[in-house]
Amino acid sequence: MATEENKNGTAGSGPKPESYQGWVYLPLLVGWLVPGGGHFLLRKWGRGALLAAAILGMFVLGLAMQGKVYGSAHDILDILGLAGDLGNGLPYLISRFLGIGADQVLVTTADYGTRFIVVAGLLNVIAAVDAHNLRTGRKS
Amino acid sequence: MGNPIFQPSHFAAVVLFALFASTVFGITMRDTPRRMIRYGIYCFVLFVASAIVLSWVMYFIAR
Repeated sequence: MATEENKNGTAGSGPKPESYQGWVYLPLLVGWLVPGGGHFLLRKWGRGALLAAAILGMFVLGLAMQGKVYGSAHDILDILGLAGDLGNGLPYLISRFLGIGADQVLVTTADYGTRFIVVAGLLNVIAAVDAHNLRTGRKS
Repeated sequence: MGNPIFQPSHFAAVVLFALFASTVFGITMRDTPRRMIRYGIYCFVLFVASAIVLSWVMYFIAR
């Protein structure tokens, strides 16, 4: 039976009806582009703020440590690094556009910084998927 | 290219990494605020404790 709720991709005991509005994949997309944005869209202010602080904090500290921002991929490790960096969404694109971040790892802390930037991207993907789960009612 | 603005020690980097990752894990992997906090603390302790244990293991292997 296709109820209105199922058509919106919100079956089961999910969030309150006022948070159902909009395209079902919008929190996922916004959450990827802006860390914590998907949760803000769903009016989960506290969770969104903590996620934004954690992910942006990690990304900014990575840049402050002169971490490498992957711009192109020449081998498998570069491809994995680039995939992780792309998870950051707009912060990654802005840093590429402004030329922030190192091209090569020259000091020890830059190696830590590179990992911080990649992991921030992966954590952002997890946060965006969590926003999608909240939107569909899979998580409360 | 000059020195990095932020130059933490290896341990400080581990603690910061654990703090940020645990925050995201806690929020995304659990449903209620109380369980989020408990899981976040659990992840943080595991991150830092495993880093300390592995560091000592590597110290003795290298000798």
